[in-house]
Amino acid sequence: MLSNGFTTPSSLSVKDLPWQIRWEKDKCSLCGRCAAVCPVHTLELGVFRKRLVSTPDLSQPTPDSPPATVYQTYQGIRQKTDPAYACVGCATCSLVCPNDCIMPFRTDETDKFRFHVNRGGQARNRGGRRNAPDAAQGGLLDQIKFPRISMLTDPALDAGRHEFELRSLLGRILPPEESLKFFHEQGWTPPVREIYPLMIGGMSFGALSPNMWEGIQMGVSYLNEEMGMPVRICTGEGGCPPRLLRSRFLKYVILQIASGYFGWDEIIHALPHMKEDPCAVEIKYGQGAKPGDGGLLMWYKVNKLIAAIRGVPAGVSLPSPPTHQTKYSIEEAVAKMIQSMYMAWGFRVPVYPKISGTSTALAVLNNLTRNPYAGALAIDGEDGGTGAAYAVSMDHMGHPIASNLRDCYLNLVKLGRQNEIPLIAGGGAGKNGKLAANAAALIMLGASVVQTGKYIMQAAAGCVGSEADRCNICNIGLCPKGITSQDSRIYRRLDPEKVAERVVDVYLSFDTELKKIVAPLGRSTSLPIGMSDALAINDKAAAERLDIDYVV
Amino acid sequence: MCRLFALTSEEPQSPMMAVRALDVMREGHDGSGVGLFLSDLGGPLGEMKGAPILSGIFSNEGMKRLDQFMIGIGFMTKYKMSIKIPKSPPPGVPKRDVYLIRAYEYPETWEGLSQEELDYRLLMTRLQLRQMGEEGGDMIIYSFWPDVIMLKELGDPLTVAEYLQLDRKELQARVIMAQGRQNTNYAINLYACHPFFLQGIASMTNGENTAFVPIREFLSSRGFPGYMGYQSDSEVFTHILHFTLHRLGLGIEAYKHIITPLQDEDLKGHPQEGLLKTLKQSCRRLIIDGPNCVIGCLPDKSLFMVQDRKKLRPGVVGGRPGLYAFSSEICGLDATIPQRNKNEDFQPMHLDTALVDSERLEVKICSQMDSLPLPH
Ligand code: SF4
Ligand code: SF4
Ligand code: SF4
Repeated sequence: MLSNGFTTPSSLSVKDLPWQIRWEKDKCSLCGRCAAVCPVHTLELGVFRKRLVSTPDLSQPTPDSPPATVYQTYQGIRQKTDPAYACVGCATCSLVCPNDCIMPFRTDETDKFRFHVNRGGQARNRGGRRNAPDAAQGGLLDQIKFPRISMLTDPALDAGRHEFELRSLLGRILPPEESLKFFHEQGWTPPVREIYPLMIGGMSFGALSPNMWEGIQMGVSYLNEEMGMPVRICTGEGGCPPRLLRSRFLKYVILQIASGYFGWDEIIHALPHMKEDPCAVEIKYGQGAKPGDGGLLMWYKVNKLIAAIRGVPAGVSLPSPPTHQTKYSIEEAVAKMIQSMYMAWGFRVPVYPKISGTSTALAVLNNLTRNPYAGALAIDGEDGGTGAAYAVSMDHMGHPIASNLRDCYLNLVKLGRQNEIPLIAGGGAGKNGKLAANAAALIMLGASVVQTGKYIMQAAAGCVGSEADRCNICNIGLCPKGITSQDSRIYRRLDPEKVAERVVDVYLSFDTELKKIVAPLGRSTSLPIGMSDALAINDKAAAERLDIDYVV
Repeated sequence: MCRLFALTSEEPQSPMMAVRALDVMREGHDGSGVGLFLSDLGGPLGEMKGAPILSGIFSNEGMKRLDQFMIGIGFMTKYKMSIKIPKSPPPGVPKRDVYLIRAYEYPETWEGLSQEELDYRLLMTRLQLRQMGEEGGDMIIYSFWPDVIMLKELGDPLTVAEYLQLDRKELQARVIMAQGRQNTNYAINLYACHPFFLQGIASMTNGENTAFVPIREFLSSRGFPGYMGYQSDSEVFTHILHFTLHRLGLGIEAYKHIITPLQDEDLKGHPQEGLLKTLKQSCRRLIIDGPNCVIGCLPDKSLFMVQDRKKLRPGVVGGRPGLYAFSSEICGLDATIPQRNKNEDFQPMHLDTALVDSERLEVKICSQMDSLPLPH
């Protein structure tokens, strides 16, 4: 802009942007890689004009002495300030720069960009996370400590040497008297799966790139078949590739059905050909990251393959309705859906609903306790991630997982049904990198299983999203790491074999850390679900709310 | 760590036999308390097999309230054992008014009740008394059951036993369980002292049950009034046994399968894989953890010992036909039954249940890998 020119309301300076690019002229070789790779086309070739003052030799002035001022130009990298092209801080430019001369920096104040990302009346959409790193905003799980260390009376166990049985159950568990009775009468009992307590939460084929999906699936199969860890993964809403449906690996997979029923045509058709039953069926009613919203796969990502699996035309946005259309009331919908899903697999596969964290979770739970078929309840807290959502939903809607889970667990205790309906907790475990500690805290608050998604993306595939609104462009198919892109030119960056290796790394190290937590607590024979006496927090109100110890 | 000693003998024995064994093992307890469970009684109380015996500690005020309450229900005193206590207690032992051991005649209105109903009413009477005592601070109730005497007091076991002159005919019993306490919490609540008792089932433990809170939550939510108390993390062992026998209708052999189920590899190929898997899954909330040696007595007067899944505590069973002892340390057993074939001593390992029934002919061992006998 010229100093005497006009501004428009959305004219921003570099300073106003959330991410600013520092570029070093001296080191840059003008190779152009950074600009080529930038997913949002922030970088462009800049031509800069520079004035130099040169002093002529004044001792011998001649008519052709050079002018006192010369103008030179040089080329370089320029950052666009148009909000549509604002840098997202992904640092892919730094990743490819051969001379380490370009890097994004976070602005030192609240950016002005946020007031302008709604042009055309389009409210901001993004993928990723809630971007709330600090404790006050939900890092509560990180604050929970495990102070009940076995000391004199009880030799602490050796996490490296002792035998540990850290498995969980998924499926409806009958009270002991009843299950014995049914056993003797050889009656039907609800199917129950013994699984590893850390489950990979629903991330759809579509939200994730084929390479990412394949990598995770391979990692999960390896964990099951080579490491003896019964790890399960949920498909998310988007169906399941036909070959997987017909393979023996299906038993490691939890099929999700959500309000768009995407992919279920394919699944139903594959039913007669299935060699194995799936681990379970998850009926998604809500998602912690964007409660009240259905799934959303934006048109950029709906290529031919995705379209075929989902049974839709390519190149159109795929929003799932916020609710199941058959739903009159949750009891009715849940009962009907659960029933039909059970029937599809001859009552051999556990079926459970997943809801977003909500202050009405107890009502849902109470209905489920009366439904003898409900196999679990998954609750997804506000810190869950998503592939695409309105920013306002992600930032402001939902319920933190810890208190929601605790209320549900204590309510089950009151009814004497704790662990009969396993609670699956998700949304925020490991968001600051402390997956094992967070998961252990959730388990001791009452979760039978912990779901994680974002952590896997970060640890197994190198997602650069952070809690500082970095990257978060999972929705537009341009994921710089190839994790959430459907463009083969981009996702070929991600090697599925390497993802699989990292998934295995993540689980093995998680397992060690989990043992390092439970061993000093004197637990090894069973997963310490609801062992709230082992927990404490240095926040009085939180301690009271969660009914755990307060320590300072 | 607390010390445990139990014996089962054809001939009634004095409780001092067990107390002396505790004294031998005194390195391991700090003399902060002693608990005794006597059953299969000799002496006059042994002759009135069916009559419920109330054991507890009362103040004079409490005695008045007790009598009023019992008469109100219709219980008549049948036999009273009086313990005359010296004026001043030895150091470490609190002054009490009355140590009560009293057998009652059932109320006439209870005649013709089913055994189950009778058992339930006895339990409820004990719980009511316990509650009255907690409100008034004037009674502590240990048991109210036929053929069972219990006594718990603070102080060094031998000192307490001598002070209360336990070496007497009326207290002789064929089954004796004793615990010498190692104080782990400063304010000692007598309800936190072992052995624990519920409807004919008693157990004592040394160690620490780290899975206590979830188990307590499970038991307290069963809707059975007897599943209460839990001043000690070990009380759940008694109640889990009660649950196994009474609610599940299973035998002692199943107890280990409830508290420390087999791992999956071992379950595969077990003759009752299906049943054990069902038990493991539905009773998962009763799985114990931490180092624990449990010694207990069943309603049929069998004594047993089991260990935690990792066998982190010592524990031995030995003796000779007619007299067997269960001890947390071998020195306790050596001191009590020196004449025995030591080669036959048995230290139960992580899969074993060691049992001596009321015939007292041998130590029976059953392993979790064995087929589980099922009641028909
Ligand atoms: S940080 Fe990412 S968005 Fe920003 S300029 Fe670099 S590549 Fe582009
Ligand atoms: S990648 Fe680095 S060297 Fe190449 S143009 Fe960009 S800043 Fe310059
Ligand atoms: S790296 Fe990919 S998955 Fe991670 S935040 Fe960016 S776009 Fe989303």
